[in-house]
Amino acid sequence: MTTTHGGQDETVPVALRTEALEQLLTERGLIDPKVMNGIITEYETNVGPLNGAKVVAKAWTDPDYRQRLLQDGTAAIKELGFSGPQGEHIVVVENTPTTHNLVVCTLCSCYPWPVLGLPPSWYKDPAYRARVVREPRTVLSEMGLELDDDVQITVRDSTSEVRWLVLPERPAGTEHLAEEELVPLVTRDAMVGVAKVEAP
Amino acid sequence: MDGIADMGGTQGWGPVHPPRPDEPVFAEDWQRKAFALAILSSRLACGGVNTDAFRHALERLDRAAYFDDGYFGRWFNGGELMLTERSILAPGAIEARARSLRGEHVEEPPIPEPARPHYAPTAEGSLRSVDTAPAFAVGERVRAKNVSVPGHTRLPGYVRGHIGVVDVIQPAHVLPDTNAHFLGENPQYVYTVRFDSREVWGADAERFALTVEMYESYLETTA
Repeated sequence: MTTTHGGQDETVPVALRTEALEQLLTERGLIDPKVMNGIITEYETNVGPLNGAKVVAKAWTDPDYRQRLLQDGTAAIKELGFSGPQGEHIVVVENTPTTHNLVVCTLCSCYPWPVLGLPPSWYKDPAYRARVVREPRTVLSEMGLELDDDVQITVRDSTSEVRWLVLPERPAGTEHLAEEELVPLVTRDAMVGVAKVEAP
Repeated sequence: MDGIADMGGTQGWGPVHPPRPDEPVFAEDWQRKAFALAILSSRLACGGVNTDAFRHALERLDRAAYFDDGYFGRWFNGGELMLTERSILAPGAIEARARSLRGEHVEEPPIPEPARPHYAPTAEGSLRSVDTAPAFAVGERVRAKNVSVPGHTRLPGYVRGHIGVVDVIQPAHVLPDTNAHFLGENPQYVYTVRFDSREVWGADAERFALTVEMYESYLETTA
């Protein structure tokens, strides 16, 4: 935030303001730095798109799991140990050669944290939030994904606590790969629906 | 509210930024603490977890506070707004301490008397059970109400007044419109409503479908 002193704008950088708030709350015993650091570690290290990649690879190789995942995403994801804030009710939708789902939150940046971690910068960018519900084909093209004209696009605006996860298409040429070998191929962007998974 | 955060369909933002596969979770050091402090500040101000109140704080930030320091800066500023509104911090307290930290002689404002809301969630999270039947059926045509809500809402401006079809009936959730203001949970069914792009954006729009989650009270019948 900016304040004016003697007609001159002096900005206190947000980094310094962050240190200031930490001090103010810690010295009054209102927060515990250990709890603060625990939150940081959780989302910087423990939770991320590798979780979602494990879900996708299992769905690609285990037809029963795939069915459970599409029927009750939250429960099937929890089978692999993934749950928590921003993942109370996860719905999984499947991309196919003819249907393509992609996810946005126009109102803030809601995102399925337990399977994908915190959202990447492009997802939080006003240009993506504003435009993808109006011209998704153009936006996808700018992001490097060209879809054929006959592919039906469904944009999912995450306006409630329902969270969406895209089950991408398994790429051709990966039939011989085992579940563990498929995991590293699955990208965050494919699970949001702005990219496809590529064969190695 | 029809505020800065409700940007679906607005124009003039320029091109999107293509994904970077190697992007770190936190690009700058301060973002780590800004993220965690925002979560903790919101909990302190609400006396519990109230994501709706936090989102309402974000959407009430001014242009600079919302945009200039990006997503984590916005979170941090939302946390500060909540702390000052609930008198846990005096206005200007963070700035005064920050200036002290960089060696300026600044008098800090006195610590105020906190005024926390009465907040007693009936359960964790936002999923609830209700004993009524859903008001709308799968396949039914519904209209998003054309209303202007002064407080918090999750009904985006761009679908108001438009007709869609109920795709999925989701479980009942706490209603953000009241919960954000500590006026009760009012749980309702949530409907995934499918809109045709031409219904929302006109005949010349790109052809696609759009789904939006609608709390029951956001919808009306089309008959």
